[in-house]
This record gives sequence, C-alpha cells and structure tokens, in this order.
Amino acid sequence: MDAITNLLKIISDFVAELIRSVLGFSPLLAELVTMGIAAVVLITFAALSFMGLTYVERKVVARIQDRLGPNQAGPFGLLQPLADGIKMFTKEDTTPATADRWVYNAAPLVIAVFALATYAVIPFAPGVVGTNLNVGVFYVLAIGSGSIVAILMAGWGSNNKYALLGAFRTVAQLIGYEVPMLLNVLTVVLVTGSMSLIDIINHQTLADGNPGIPHILMLPLPALVFLISGIAETGRSPFDLLEAESEIVAGFHTEYSGMKFALFFLGEYVNALAVSFVFSTLFLGGYAGPILPPYVWILLKAALVFFVFMWLRGTLPRVRIDQMHALNWKFLVPMSTVNLVLVMLVLKLFPTSESAAQAFGGLLVTPWVQTIILAAVNLGVLFTALTLAARAARRFRQAEEEMIMRRRAANLAAAKA
Amino acid sequence: MRTDFAFVGVMIVSAALLMGVTLLAASFLRPKKPNTAKLSTYECGMETVGDTWVQFRVNYYILALVFVLFDIEAILLFPIAVAFNALPLFAVLNVVLFILVLLAALLYAWRKGALDWE
Repeated sequence: MDAITNLLKIISDFVAELIRSVLGFSPLLAELVTMGIAAVVLITFAALSFMGLTYVERKVVARIQDRLGPNQAGPFGLLQPLADGIKMFTKEDTTPATADRWVYNAAPLVIAVFALATYAVIPFAPGVVGTNLNVGVFYVLAIGSGSIVAILMAGWGSNNKYALLGAFRTVAQLIGYEVPMLLNVLTVVLVTGSMSLIDIINHQTLADGNPGIPHILMLPLPALVFLISGIAETGRSPFDLLEAESEIVAGFHTEYSGMKFALFFLGEYVNALAVSFVFSTLFLGGYAGPILPPYVWILLKAALVFFVFMWLRGTLPRVRIDQMHALNWKFLVPMSTVNLVLVMLVLKLFPTSESAAQAFGGLLVTPWVQTIILAAVNLGVLFTALTLAARAARRFRQAEEEMIMRRRAANLAAAKA
Repeated sequence: MRTDFAFVGVMIVSAALLMGVTLLAASFLRPKKPNTAKLSTYECGMETVGDTWVQFRVNYYILALVFVLFDIEAILLFPIAVAFNALPLFAVLNVVLFILVLLAALLYAWRKGALDWE
C-alpha cells in the first residue's frame, strides 16, 4: 500500500541513487544528469499528454456536437494522434520569401520551450516535483507570458497582414487577461502566506495528510476568475480570437505548416494542461486526497479542469473582440481588485492564529468560520458586480432601442412630407 | 536555492534541445520543392499590396500602458502578500489605499474611453 502511494517518489529516488553510484567521482555531474533525466521525463509527459489530449478533445467536442469524431485510424480512432504526427513530420514546410527568417523560425521553438518550462514547478506527489521554487506561482505566471513574445515574433516574422493583425489582437488579449489572473493568484498567496506551490497544497491539507479545506470553498470568486482568464490566456474557445478563422484566416500562425505548426499546437495544449494543473494546485488541493495515491488525484483533478475547458469549447460561441476586452477591463479587473481589498480586510479582522489576533487585534476564529466569512464576502462581491453589469447592460440596450425608435419616427415624418 | 533555479535552466535547455531535434528530424523527412507561387505571402489568392509592417493605432498602446500599471502593482503586492500575516493593521490600510488609488486610475481610464476597443 505504502509502495503504491509513494511509487513516483521511490522510482525517482532509485534513479537518483543509481546515477550517484555510477557517477560517484563527480557530485556536480551526477546532480546535473539527474536533473537532465527529470527534465526529459517531464517534457515527455507533457508531449505525450498533448498527443492524448488532441484525441480526447476531438472526441469530447464531437460528442457534444452530436458527431462521431475521429474513428478511422485504429480502434475508435485511437491512433489518430499518431497519424497526425506522421503527417506533420512529412509535410512540406514553406517559408514565405519575404519573411524575417530568423524570427519566423525561432517563434515556434520559443512558444514550445516556454510552455514546457512551466512543468518545472508542478507538484505531482509529495516529494515529486521538478523543483520547489519559493516563488513557484510567480514563476508560472512569468513563464506564461513568454508565449506573448513568441506570438508577436510569429506575427511579425511572417510578414503577412493577417498574421500581424492576429498577433496584435492576441497580445492585447493575453496581456489584458494576465491582470485578473495576477490579482486572483494574489488572493491565494494572501491566504497561504507563501508563493511556493508545495506550501499552497500543504495549506489545503490537514497535518495527517488528508485533504483539508480546498481554496475553492474559501475563494470561489478568484477560482472562477482564474478559470476564465486561464481560458483566455491559453487562447481557447470562447476566447480564441487569436485564430478567428472567419476574420483573420488563422491569426498569427497563418504562414506556418508542418512541424512548426505542430509546435504552436503543442504550445497551446501544453499551456492549457499547465493551467489545469495550476488550477488544481491552487484551488482544488493539488495531490491531496483520500484512498487513491496522490499522483492519481492530481491527474484526476487536472483532467476534470481540462474537461471543463473542452465542455466550454463545445458549448459557447466565440465572443466579439470588443466584448472580450470589455469583459476583462470593465468587469473582471474592477471586481477582482475590490475582492482583493475585501479579502485583505477579512484576513486581518478575522485571523485564525492566536499570535496574529493578539498582536494586531481582530476576532480570533476557527478556519471553517473564516472560510465561511471569506466565501460570503466573495459571493457578495460577485453578486453585486453581476447586478451592476446587468443594470448597465439594460441601460445600454434601452438607449439603443430609443435611438432606433427616434430614427424610425424621423423616417416616417420624412416619408409623409 | 541555487540548485532550485538550476533545474529551471536545465528544463529550458533540454526543452529547446528536444524541440530543436524534432524540427531537425522533420527537415530531413519532408519534401522540399519550393516555387515562387508557394513562397508568396498568403492573402486569399491575391497579390499582397503595400507594406505589412505598418503603425498600429495609438489606442492600443494606451491599453498596454494600463496593463503595465496593473502588472507593476501586482509585482509590488506579491511580497506584501507573502509577508501579510506579519503586517499590522495600519500597514494593511496603507496597502488598501494604494490599491484604491489604482482602482481610481482605472475608472479614470474607463471614463476617458481608453478601455474601449475600436
């Protein structure tokens, strides 16, 4: 039982020990080789899950839309990702004659590398993590904005009008949705008091290793906004304005084909999966869970979040670009900022630790009471924001209707005269 | 601490190597028969007219400036959030004031129409 629970930890310790015994003459070299192997394992995991996810996503979205999805290659179309891979490998790759060659060729590599680098800090089980950075969350957000650079490189380097337009739109979208993401990760850091992903999981776990209070109960609003901005950050439907076919062909990767296109695709999926992992870690308690081993729990939670992504993609139509910006700047950002302030005040006024209550005043409460207060404040902010937005939308609609009526009356008068 | 970040470096280097090898392998496997039509810029079958690298409208950069404002705010707030439990109430009220000033700035930008697309 114990061996199954700690399977990943035992294997990684065994490999590390093996390398240390073989390369005993140089501890530095042994350490580097161990790190290299861990990195290759993580990258392989990400690449393989990318292949699997393309198949699963096509199947799920097909079912939602009452289609069959891939069903020709192998049983149930299971070999479809392999067939796609072979096709990508052997497809001719054209570089436009007018392209900025260096930038054009580097862009897919940059996006894939930044996407894969996120996996360095994701904890899969106790003790099984690439590296436990003390600024883990910050690292995820920082490395996540690397894809903005890559997309701008692709759009600029292609020397194509659609590509450049797509890149400009994408950059506006990605930088915009980074703001609510940052603000809501900030609330989790506030509650936890640490930026390390391991500490954040430990905060949601009881001392005996069983799951405690997941942050989604404590901070339902940040969880929701993080999910929305996560979808927008990875450019998935309904926020897939970066590749709105009806408007700008395929956006920033219009000119790419073959393996370079595949790397863009890989970047997108690997990023989306990374967001699911980070969401599970920040809000769903990470690898903590009863009965099943921890690595199964984190995979299940990430799969659940990714399923929500697929579900939304199959259900919602693409939003208009001005609506997308309005949702971000006029709804999510003000709401998140107000929520951040209120969370700060609640944490100070209702502390859970005795020392904090004695030092700075405030009412000492149990963790569950604090959770309920925080959740109530969160939901209150959400409800108020939704009411205000609904009222504004109604005013806007009425003004538009009045304008139409006035124009119609004027037309009638003109026709009579 | 040092080794923590060393892994990030190893990760980036190995990711770049693996992806580079994939690109290189594909370049050996794929056919390569370029011609002028194939290498022309894609534009729905028409010849592309004029320069692609044009100036973008200024509103776009104002939006980017608002983003920079909030990004810097978040960077300033992250250390505060980590040390939050040790902060006295007075310091917290200062932080709240700081955030509210930013919120006022956002409302000003909103009023001025900087947040409208098109």
